[in-house]
Amino acid sequence: MASLSPPLAIDASHATVADIRANVAQRRRWDLVFAVLGLLATSIGVVTLLALFIDLVMDGYQRLTPDFFLSFPSRRASEAGILSAWVGTCLVMLVTAVVGVPLAVSAGLYLEEYAPRNWLTTVIEINVSNLAAVPSIVYGLLALGLFVYALGFGQSILSAGLTLALMIMPIIVVATREAVRAVPHTIREAAYAVGATRWQVTRDHVLPYSIPGIATGVIIGLARAIGETAPLITIGALTFIAYLPNPPLTTTPPFVNFDWLWSGFTVLPIQMFNWVSRPGTAFHANAAAAGIVIVVLTLLMNGFAIFLRYRLRKRINW
Amino acid sequence: MKGVMSNPVSVGVPSPQSGSTTQRNVKSSIRDLNFFYGDAQALKHIDMEIYEHAVTALIGPSGCGKSTLLRCFNRMHDLTPHTRYEGEIRLFPDDVNIVSPEVDPIEVRMRISMVFQKPNPFPKSIYENVAYGLRVRGVRNKTELDGRVEAALRGAALWEEVKDRLGEPGTALSGGQQQRLCIARALATDPEIVLFDEPTSALDPIATASIEDLIISMAGSVTVLIVTHNMQQAARVSTYTAFMYLGELIEYGPTNEMFTRPREQRTSDYLTGRFG
Ligand SMILES: Nc1ncnc2c1ncn2[C@@H]1O[C@H](COP(=O)(O)OP(=O)(O)O)[C@@H](O)[C@H]1O
Ligand SMILES: [Mg+2]
Repeated sequence: MASLSPPLAIDASHATVADIRANVAQRRRWDLVFAVLGLLATSIGVVTLLALFIDLVMDGYQRLTPDFFLSFPSRRASEAGILSAWVGTCLVMLVTAVVGVPLAVSAGLYLEEYAPRNWLTTVIEINVSNLAAVPSIVYGLLALGLFVYALGFGQSILSAGLTLALMIMPIIVVATREAVRAVPHTIREAAYAVGATRWQVTRDHVLPYSIPGIATGVIIGLARAIGETAPLITIGALTFIAYLPNPPLTTTPPFVNFDWLWSGFTVLPIQMFNWVSRPGTAFHANAAAAGIVIVVLTLLMNGFAIFLRYRLRKRINW
Repeated sequence: MKGVMSNPVSVGVPSPQSGSTTQRNVKSSIRDLNFFYGDAQALKHIDMEIYEHAVTALIGPSGCGKSTLLRCFNRMHDLTPHTRYEGEIRLFPDDVNIVSPEVDPIEVRMRISMVFQKPNPFPKSIYENVAYGLRVRGVRNKTELDGRVEAALRGAALWEEVKDRLGEPGTALSGGQQQRLCIARALATDPEIVLFDEPTSALDPIATASIEDLIISMAGSVTVLIVTHNMQQAARVSTYTAFMYLGELIEYGPTNEMFTRPREQRTSDYLTGRFG
């Protein structure tokens, strides 16, 4: 049909090949302009970040010795280390993960799979999304009133872990809901059609298929929590700790011990903050070294999140 | 669609009931069924008997309510908010009204299973796909599971193709195999009725033919209700056909009679491709 008429006949005077090429070349120029601008914008971000990190490494790398990881803070910069800080970070993260992840994943699953679609659910959903944007110091204030005083947990690892759990829950809830929503409705129908209950559909299908997305959200949340300083200062983290809490695992029955939950604590970013704020430059190398540790930890966690997303997603194709 | 009239249809109708000589039991009886999506009425005063161990086809133009009627049978609408059933679908021999709010939809789905338009296997192994309906009702015994998985896969004409790779993901099969896997999943729980909603619309002609053969062969042991927009398919697989239009049941009867001597003008218009 249309094959009989000449191609590209827009009006009576047909464009010559030269015209067309000129036209394309002209429009292509803007392609190039934007590509250059975009590259520039991207590089500014990447280069700045890289420069900061390199600066940090230059300042701090000499301090990254085994002793640095195995020493308590000290009045002498060259003897000070981050032992209590990294142990504190690990224990606080443990509480954060153990409390925050199950609560947030359950909440996300409930909102997506169970909650009736009504105005109350909508209000809750909007609020959860907004909570992710609340400044972390506000969580600190809330936690100071609630955990430290009202519940009487004091300025402890428990309070710190709960505070950070509260803070990262919205992130995990949102990630969970997105992952759950990505499970095709046809899969749910298939499961319901053979007589599964809502809980069986959730447990056997929705949850397992959304694990990659949920895990990514969990790691991103924890990576954010690891660097948090403000809310922990608010609830009274110590800045100079020369002891370790009782270890959670012991050699005598019952082999576990929960004393550490009530222990005072410091964490890596607070230790770093403390060193930065000292007068003179002696401690600045320590601060830089602690900074390297935090940045590397965060990068590792984000890298692991990306890895998980790729590996686990590949196993599931609808 | 045009081919239907030039090649009228008695062709594929399964043998015994070309006349109305065979005595058939009523498996289910639809009585004054109305169905609503919110305020919109999608089914209007449907009255219809479904015969046991026969294939009944639902045909009609797109949007006339075929899927809606089919999904009443396993209470799939209960998953959609603001839907409402009125009237009855009585299931025999025990005479239960399966759309009554007092009857748990899970109970209904344990008796009536469904195969969907697009193959929807779980991203799990072939074995787990078929076993799932048994697992949800608490079957744990490995020997029993193995036996029933094999029987279901044989029933779906898939056993020979997959018996050496039951552990592989069901999603790795071809489209036609996936749909037969879904049929096996629907058969594994020994349903009284199997519902098919345009089960071949996403498949190529060869896979379609094998599914149609399968449906014909199933009819001896199970009651089949199938929605199709393909009239040759209705003619080929079904014993009874219901023609629906705008939410109403216009005409219902033995397939060969309806395709050769439709009683209603609208049926004949639809069958000759004048609309739809
Ligand atoms: N979830 C729904 N919500 C509201 N209306 C619907 C829904 N599903 C179907 N309908 C409407 O119900 C009518 C019948 O649809 P359906 O049963 O899917 O038709 P068919 O399967 O015959 O093509 C159509 O008018 C359709 O728009
Ligand atoms: Mg339909």
